Amino acid sequence: MDESIASLDKRIELMRQNMDGMTQVVPWARETGFKVTKVERGRVWGVQPFAQHLIGDIEAKVIHGGAITTLLDNLCGMACAASLEEFRFVATLDLRIDYMRPADSGRDIIGEAECYHVTKSVAFTRAWAYHDSRDKVIATAQGAFAINKPRPKASLGVPE
Amino acid sequence: MSRTLSRGDQLAGFLLRVPIVETLGMRCDIKGDDMTTVLPFQEKLIGNFTIKALHGGAIGTFLELTAMAQLFLVSSAERPARTINLTVDYLRQGRAEDLYGRARVIKLGRRMASVTAEAWQSERDKPVAALHGHFLLARSGAAKD
Repeated sequence: MDESIASLDKRIELMRQNMDGMTQVVPWARETGFKVTKVERGRVWGVQPFAQHLIGDIEAKVIHGGAITTLLDNLCGMACAASLEEFRFVATLDLRIDYMRPADSGRDIIGEAECYHVTKSVAFTRAWAYHDSRDKVIATAQGAFAINKPRPKASLGVPE
Repeated sequence: MSRTLSRGDQLAGFLLRVPIVETLGMRCDIKGDDMTTVLPFQEKLIGNFTIKALHGGAIGTFLELTAMAQLFLVSSAERPARTINLTVDYLRQGRAEDLYGRARVIKLGRRMASVTAEAWQSERDKPVAALHGHFLLARSGAAKD
């Protein structure tokens, strides 16, 4: 194991120094164009800039909910990484998204994710998407993530 | 027979104009009210390079669009429905291959609908992901809000 990611504090520090790189290595995140903006212990923030190529409602010119799914799924996974004492790969088990109100056309969407509980095998997360503040959310999400065992095979999805 | 455009033709024409559909590269195979969606593999859909897995967000977007398209196909609404909520279960890793999707409208009410959808790759019986969601139907002739 790389020494720099062995402890949680060091890993969080590395994530902070490397916020652009965290999405640059994820092709679909590069395609949607979202960025990580802030990392704290168990919490990660990001932004999905408004983009024409993500529009799902051509009348209202609003980006498709799938872009919010992508943003919140990824931020939740990162919040797990910023929460687990030991470095592990996580995989989304499920993600539920509730839409409170439509996003405004032309405006960036802020995402905020929190990993609020961790067991030996599962990490529980919740997340919010909004323009200005959490007082007026566009969507909320709740996700469970499987914590893979620290064996290379598990991270390759090879059945046990 | 005398109708100008079938529901399937309307849907196909509509999807061609939606940017996110083009960004994903998603296609639809529509036969009457029966539809299979296809997400041809592209490098940009990957979420994890080391294991070459499809991004959960790309799979989720594909399933949400599949559910909305199927709902449009079986309803008479003029515009696509709005998503109220949805849950995506990630059942297997999505490999670097084409992904297929099918959806079923469990209940079509006057205002809301309940829809499920599944995505799979080489084996139909081994789904990669499953969606269940509720959608708010656009009422015909209703004022836009």
